Amino acid sequence: MDTFATQSPLFEDRARAVLASVAAPDARRAAQEFVAQADRDAAFQLDACVHCGRCAEACHFYLVTRDPRHTPVYKLRPMLKAWQRERAPFAALRRWLGLTPPAVTATELSEWSELLYDTCNLCGRCTGACPMGIDIAGLVRRAREGMSVAGFAPADHYKAAQRALDTGSPIGLRWPALKRQIEIQEKETGLKIPVDAEGADYLVILSSIEIVGFAETIGALARIFHQAKVSWTVPSVGFEATNIGVQMGSRDVAAALLSRIVEAALRLKVKYVISPECGHAYSALRWEGPNLLGMAYPFKVVHIVELLDQLVREGRLKTRGKDNRRLAFHDPCQLVRRGGVIDEPRRLLAGVSNNTVELPSPGVANFCCGGGGGVSAIHRAEPLRFAAFACKQQQVEAAGAEALVTACANCRNVLEEAIEQYESTLPVLGLTELIAQYLEPDPPAALP
Amino acid sequence: MTAADLLDFARGPALWFSLLVLFAGSAWRVAATFRLGTTPDLAEPRSTRLLAGALRGIFGRMITKPEFRRGRGFGAVNGYIYHIGLAVIAFGFLPHILFVERLTGLAWTSLPGWVVYLAVGPTFIALLLALLYRMTDPVLRLLSGFDDFFSWFVVFLPLLTGMAAIDGWSPAAAPGAAPIYPGPLAIHLLSVELLFIWLPFGKLAHAFLAFISRGMTGASMARKGAVP
Repeated sequence: MDTFATQSPLFEDRARAVLASVAAPDARRAAQEFVAQADRDAAFQLDACVHCGRCAEACHFYLVTRDPRHTPVYKLRPMLKAWQRERAPFAALRRWLGLTPPAVTATELSEWSELLYDTCNLCGRCTGACPMGIDIAGLVRRAREGMSVAGFAPADHYKAAQRALDTGSPIGLRWPALKRQIEIQEKETGLKIPVDAEGADYLVILSSIEIVGFAETIGALARIFHQAKVSWTVPSVGFEATNIGVQMGSRDVAAALLSRIVEAALRLKVKYVISPECGHAYSALRWEGPNLLGMAYPFKVVHIVELLDQLVREGRLKTRGKDNRRLAFHDPCQLVRRGGVIDEPRRLLAGVSNNTVELPSPGVANFCCGGGGGVSAIHRAEPLRFAAFACKQQQVEAAGAEALVTACANCRNVLEEAIEQYESTLPVLGLTELIAQYLEPDPPAALP
Repeated sequence: MTAADLLDFARGPALWFSLLVLFAGSAWRVAATFRLGTTPDLAEPRSTRLLAGALRGIFGRMITKPEFRRGRGFGAVNGYIYHIGLAVIAFGFLPHILFVERLTGLAWTSLPGWVVYLAVGPTFIALLLALLYRMTDPVLRLLSGFDDFFSWFVVFLPLLTGMAAIDGWSPAAAPGAAPIYPGPLAIHLLSVELLFIWLPFGKLAHAFLAFISRGMTGASMARKGAVP
């Protein structure tokens, strides 16, 4: 822990320095980063494309616009060009023959900013469809590193990153705001919500969207953990799970934000950190975090849905009664396609619903809500995001769902906004809250 | 230079040069990428069955998952037709097997001649349709460049020249006997050699890159417990 505490300020300093260095867009810097990002696995994948176009049909942005530029693999073109120019196996031969691809330009990258950010949710549907097995979403994530370090990420992302570094949250939310919400939830549930409790088993972190928009989740967790007798705590510092660094493609910003959570976990000596209902936060903490921070965690990371499923299976969490509406589960992309959490939410939902229905192509082929991968944070991308929601809307209608349930606060927020745009009144529910709603009541206290 | 001289050239120096480029070029394309290396993944794996994930990635992606079959079905089906057709022709036709046997000593049972002849038609048409599709579909047009069209050309050419050379071969002739029409056969061989020379440099390298890419993604997804 001491070692990490020493290193942690370095992550912060590096992230601030990187953001401060992005003064004017620099195409050469972007190209250098593209090449640096093409390690063995990425290079093999960049090199394996046969231009079959199948990824286009997997992308909701292409499906709704029919704009060929929205073909997922096309979004990688600047990265591919830079790699072919500098590092590809026959780059020297191409140079000798005068067949080197032209260098990427600032004009080109400005155009690609829209393609790599506004029209990609990093949802990974294209990865699932690619016959060559190219992890296109993974490569877009890498390409964003080049874009962000060179000044080509959306301005909204830079601002959110700066806010996250300065305040702890991409929307500028600080501890007093969470403290107020905790106090409200304590009043509503009559339960004490432990803050900074050293030695607790589980550390609960939250996303800003949950704190601001779905604060009932905090109360739901309190009721669930009370029944299951889970020892838990919320940190007053390092409570933000959202990671704008992962979304914009800045490993330095991502590492700085993750280091705060890790610091909190180490400070409070917890055994587990619970990733909240947030897809990309899970991806950032569970899969990217150890690599960005250069250390294997001394604690385990578990998604709240995984933990709830475990508690139910262990008999520590009991529900009573069921929802009779036709409920459909919306799979958060980062959980299902890139996180392997597929069955757990369905088991949980079946425990509290009499009438679950699957959307067409559920699970790994599920359509994104349209706001993942940082798209919901880009103001200029809003019309396209709402347009892309048409794919989801069609699925909901086909399934005849009366309410959507999900396990990601960002999905929930984006879905609600889009549903409103489509002049529908379909409710969107959080899975944790739904479980809490059907918890078996506590047995009456014994008479004195 | 007579047709016989051309055939000697195609069977001799041109063949050996093209094979050298094919194997050395392919080896370099793989080795140069492998040497880029990667950092070890420090995230705790959900599964350690990475080989199983890689194999699922390699073989599972040979058939499009039902959820992703919507759209571009024509391209997929057409792709199966010419890939299978080319495999039948290249590896099932007796003269090709005899040719490989003369070079390496390796031989296998040929397919009946009628099967191979039957495969030629659909393969020929499928390749032409693939070109047409690439030239007319907006997505494919945007994605395509010189490599796509030249690669198509070097695959189509041996099929075309092979059809022209077919009369020059007689099943009754002894292996290694002089062909009846050496010219067309020489051109056919040279067209195959052009394919060999181009393969390591362009997208035809997906013949081996596809397996590496699929395997890597499969293993990576399996590590996370996701579908490879």
